Amino acid sequence: MEKLMSWIDDRFPLTQVWEEHMAKYYAPKNFNFWYFFGSLAILMLVMQIITGIFLTMHYKPDAELAFTSVEYIMRDVPWGWLMRYMHAIGASMFFIVIYLHMFRAMIYGSYRAPRELIWIFGMVIFIALMAESFMGYLLPWGNMSFWGAQVIISLFGAIPYVGDGLVEWLRGDYVISDATLNRFFAFHVAAVPLVLVILVFLHIVALHKVGSNNPDGIEIKKNKGADGIPLDGIPFHPYYTVKDIVGVIVFLMVFSAIVFFAPELGGWFLEADNFTPADPLSTPSHIVPLWYFTPYYSILRAVTWEWLPGGAKLWGVIAMFASLIVLFFLPWLDRSPVKSIRYRGGIFKVALTIFILAFLGLGWLGTQPAEGLNLLLAQIGMFLYFGFFLLMPIYTSLDSTKPVPERLT
Amino acid sequence: MKKLFLLLTLVSMPVFASSGAHLDEVDIDMSDTASLQRGAGLFVNYCLSCHSAAFMRYNRMAADLQIPEDVVEDNMMFTADRIGGLMKTTMPAKDAKKWFGKTPPDLSLIARSRGPEWIYTYMRSFYLDDNSPSGWNNVLFEKVAMPHVMYSLQGARHAVFKKDEHGREVFDHYEMVKPGSLNEEEFDAAARDLTNFMVYLAEPAQMVRYKLGVYVLIFLAIFFVFAYLLKKEYWKDVH
Repeated sequence: MEKLMSWIDDRFPLTQVWEEHMAKYYAPKNFNFWYFFGSLAILMLVMQIITGIFLTMHYKPDAELAFTSVEYIMRDVPWGWLMRYMHAIGASMFFIVIYLHMFRAMIYGSYRAPRELIWIFGMVIFIALMAESFMGYLLPWGNMSFWGAQVIISLFGAIPYVGDGLVEWLRGDYVISDATLNRFFAFHVAAVPLVLVILVFLHIVALHKVGSNNPDGIEIKKNKGADGIPLDGIPFHPYYTVKDIVGVIVFLMVFSAIVFFAPELGGWFLEADNFTPADPLSTPSHIVPLWYFTPYYSILRAVTWEWLPGGAKLWGVIAMFASLIVLFFLPWLDRSPVKSIRYRGGIFKVALTIFILAFLGLGWLGTQPAEGLNLLLAQIGMFLYFGFFLLMPIYTSLDSTKPVPERLT
Repeated sequence: MKKLFLLLTLVSMPVFASSGAHLDEVDIDMSDTASLQRGAGLFVNYCLSCHSAAFMRYNRMAADLQIPEDVVEDNMMFTADRIGGLMKTTMPAKDAKKWFGKTPPDLSLIARSRGPEWIYTYMRSFYLDDNSPSGWNNVLFEKVAMPHVMYSLQGARHAVFKKDEHGREVFDHYEMVKPGSLNEEEFDAAARDLTNFMVYLAEPAQMVRYKLGVYVLIFLAIFFVFAYLLKKEYWKDVH
């Protein structure tokens, strides 16, 4: 065994990689609940790829056959229903995990220097994931698949001059059709997953270069022992591998409970209208994107001021994209001298609470018709959402802070 | 093209906008095999002559509902020659469109797109209407092209409408014109059996899904205990 290892190590840095990234990668010893979601995100990525491969074996990317082939998977393919549910529910669970992972970064300041690139890679992963799930949602070729894609692609039509041509180019047809389905399939199963895997790799490389943040927002590398090992660090393996297994099991219990007992989750994970085949002649009574898109969908619809130059639709699209792009600038918008919420003052805590409520509120409003009071609430939510980011340089510099301890608590 | 498309979209919208009506609760139970069997009997006799359930196979139904295959072959297979065949309809789609103005939709997934309460209420909401081409109308689904196929069971009824405070015609109650072979209670039970079967039809995997889920959760619970103890053992010297 030892001989084999040295034979490999002479040709490939196996032991070195193992030690640098697992056995001698020192992570802060005080990771709490919020730190489970990084490893859970990897679990979800792997699960989506594996279940996706099995689905690809039986799915037909053809407008005539797609809907039937999904039902064939659900009924005639052995364990096909399980693969399909795991994949479809997995998409929603992936977003839950990612949102909580991002929330963790926000409360403990994990995006702050020197971890700006980790945050940016993470944001690109998030955007790629949205593209991945949006295109995947067309594939079952249900009526909501069809109309959801119709609404979202038509947004590009709001771009002046090139809009209409761009929409046609994206669809490959004058309407959502077989051509659109085929290209979405290609992106969904090959192009975007490849990009995602590479980005996740870069995200982890960047993380392991600077080391993990922690709930105290202190750099553990500042306090090293005589052996050069951070005093507050413990090797990732075995400590966090055994801990993450516990997290994985608890997560899988929640996941299984949904897959086996409530796969539709009251229409939140699988929409009723998507059990009808795509029909260009019948629009669902209201077109609702899946829950993880609804906050941005709300922002899109909240802009109704026709007096804006170029029209309200264009500015709605701009606001929607801006609501994602603004997140990229988070590391530079935050001017607080401390990272973790534990040592921040009341202003940040209030601002963050308002932001979370606005985000959840926008998410709920995105599932409702945008009219009357709902519209007004969505507009308020939008201003609170953007206010959290754009006013951040001001309120974080004004905010009081508590003294940060030298060592982890 | 674009305008035509938009027009067609608008025309077809009211069909879907008819929700919001009162729906009756129905008890769905996948372990009630007798109810599922009775529902299957009603389904092949009353639904399958016009509608298809083209994602479902006869032998799958036989196995899941514990009906012997020869019983299915002799008594339930009006639309297929082989037990492994799909539940298609014998009515040609073109003729169906001519006769009803609309091809009757496939029913494989209707319980998932409409919901069981909708089906249960719909099947019990037909009434006689001389103004309708089929002679029937439905309180839940106004001007529906489908006639009351189970009238010999439920009987033929008139619907009595009244004016509400806004002066609109709203449904008040039914009046029995010609009783069927079942009384109201019996017909409700039959409609429940049929709905129960259609919920099964929409997702046959339910027959294993719930049972398997229990085992998966038990396995994970046991795994959790060991994983937790392992974690505790490793972490006992981390302070």
